[in-house]
Amino acid sequence: MKPTTLLGAINAALAEALQEDDAVVVYGEDIGVNGGVFQATAGLQRRFGERRCFDSPIAECGLVGTAVGMAMAGLKPVVEVQFSGFAWPAFNQIVCHAARTRNRSRAALTLPMVVRMPYGGNLKALEHHSESMEATFGHVPGLKVVIPSTPHDAKGLLLGAIRDPDPVIYMEPKRSYHSPQQEIPDTPYALPIGRARVEQRGDAVTLIAYGAMMREARTAAAWFQGQGIGVELIDLRTIYPYDCDTVLDSVRKTGRLVVVHEGPRSFGVAAELMALVVEELFMYLHAPPRRVTGSDAVIPLPAAEHFYFLTAEHIVDAVRETVEF
Amino acid sequence: MSEMIQMLAPDGTYRADPAYCSYAMTDAQLRTAYRHMVQARAADEWAFSLNRQGRLGTYPPATGQEANSVGAVMALREDDWIVPTYRELGGLLTRGVPLKQFFLYWLGNEHGSAYERELYHVTPIVLPIGSQLPHAVGLAFAERYQGSDRISIGFVGDGGTSEGDFHEALNFAGLWQAGTIFFVQNNQYAISVHRNQQTASDTIAQKAVAYGVEGVQVDGNDVTAVYAVTAAAAARARAGGGPTLIEGVTYRMGPHTTSDDPKRYRADDEVAEWKRRDPIVRLQKLLVARGLMGDAELAAVIADARERARREFDAVEPFEKPSLEDTFRYVYAELPPLMQRQLAERRRRLERTGT
Repeated sequence: MKPTTLLGAINAALAEALQEDDAVVVYGEDIGVNGGVFQATAGLQRRFGERRCFDSPIAECGLVGTAVGMAMAGLKPVVEVQFSGFAWPAFNQIVCHAARTRNRSRAALTLPMVVRMPYGGNLKALEHHSESMEATFGHVPGLKVVIPSTPHDAKGLLLGAIRDPDPVIYMEPKRSYHSPQQEIPDTPYALPIGRARVEQRGDAVTLIAYGAMMREARTAAAWFQGQGIGVELIDLRTIYPYDCDTVLDSVRKTGRLVVVHEGPRSFGVAAELMALVVEELFMYLHAPPRRVTGSDAVIPLPAAEHFYFLTAEHIVDAVRETVEF
Repeated sequence: MSEMIQMLAPDGTYRADPAYCSYAMTDAQLRTAYRHMVQARAADEWAFSLNRQGRLGTYPPATGQEANSVGAVMALREDDWIVPTYRELGGLLTRGVPLKQFFLYWLGNEHGSAYERELYHVTPIVLPIGSQLPHAVGLAFAERYQGSDRISIGFVGDGGTSEGDFHEALNFAGLWQAGTIFFVQNNQYAISVHRNQQTASDTIAQKAVAYGVEGVQVDGNDVTAVYAVTAAAAARARAGGGPTLIEGVTYRMGPHTTSDDPKRYRADDEVAEWKRRDPIVRLQKLLVARGLMGDAELAAVIADARERARREFDAVEPFEKPSLEDTFRYVYAELPPLMQRQLAERRRRLERTGT
């Protein structure tokens, strides 16, 4: 066990995957000599050589498309798209091929591959450097979409994703790359995809978040704890296939639901979870489910980004209104 | 860029190209090519007819393109990867994919595209245009990475060369010196858009130059030339010499699909002119000139192929119905709880109401 950042945990997971399985190759833009623009792959090329870890041309479609072919022939490629906002050129490969090959070939060909991408904003970044597209990917049959919020989960979910027989979109909350640190095992461990984690137990209200918004959600939950109001805080961790049982069990108990995410509101993850809860638990609800999300607006450049992004206060207000309804 | 490679002229005269003298087809290979091309044509014509009879759904005919498809695949080793388009019937039959699979797919059942990996090394039929080519590059990369000398061939149409995936795939292949052959079935039309409306390049083969890749244009209705240039490209790729872009110049004799009416965009004269260059007729002339087959045997091969197409379709038609579970079973390795709920809901309703 040693204190590790989320970024360090990703680096460790990649190193362990390269170590344990020769079928794993890691490639993408700037990930070789440079170690990635965020240093997620720092030192990997030096340690494992250019055969296992290498730079690719700046062409997201070719990057993901070649990974599809590699996976067809038995490799386990882990590719990095430098920012999720630049993943769109690869969208056709992800949606039409990565996601569909198992079904299209009736499992004659399967694709154990991972597409990593840093996502999210509130970092005073340039355009296309702040997007949250998990709902878009989550809407594509054949994809799994995971988002860790802690170093422990980042390592375990990445190893889980690499060992998974199907394509996984692994979205990294870059605002949480460097803090907080967490003690994590320095041996390999994989966490199951499709399981949420109940981070804090409570009876008054269910609060669901994931990725970078977990930090604000924790702050809000701690504030209510101080007021004697028990918030059940759930880290969703997997966007698809999301953990419906954990969500339903919690709301059955609390009768109240608030869902938080950075991405646009309409057709978002919160909308899906609220729909599930209303369909399944209508008679258990004490208050209308609430969502605290980004807007259906283009994420502004830094001068105006505070009009888009969310703080713990946004969450506190929504939870209070739900509890007091 | 050198001139288009042709050995077997439309009138049946054969002149070997000295650059490809080590890749001349043997007599046995010529006979085999003829059988595959005729079988592809017969199945294609029967599929078209079945569509008109209301027994088969939308189908994209491949008549006229058999020399490209069959010649290219014959030039490969039988464990090299084939990354086809939806119009590579000849190549798939050459590889040994059963006609039953072909009919099953166009009957609307994904099991028809389930080519057992170790048996065929063929990727499934894909409808998106051009985006299968990066897969061919990844396949070749992976084979070399794993110490195998297997190579890959990726097919694409002339229309597909306008897609970004075509260019990114060529760029990656050139950079990695991947053992990949890019085979362009230049059949002159992307549905209704003529090749001249697709690109300002004189040839499609010349596009290779910009990527540091070999490019060659071949008469795609001459199976001997297609075989020779592909065999040369395969030998080079297998030896680590890198990728090749082959442009096989041919003609789509039929419509884009059974739903298309080519009379809206091309003249009968043009079709008639290409009919004179028919790849099967041309090969027949060579077979006869060399004394490899007589008229009776040529005709017998055609009759057998037609009979076989009908027989295989009749055998597969009763099995076309998939189960409800099939729709859910192949999306992920394990059915997620969310989809288990959806399947159960659908199953309950189906049992209750039949819909």
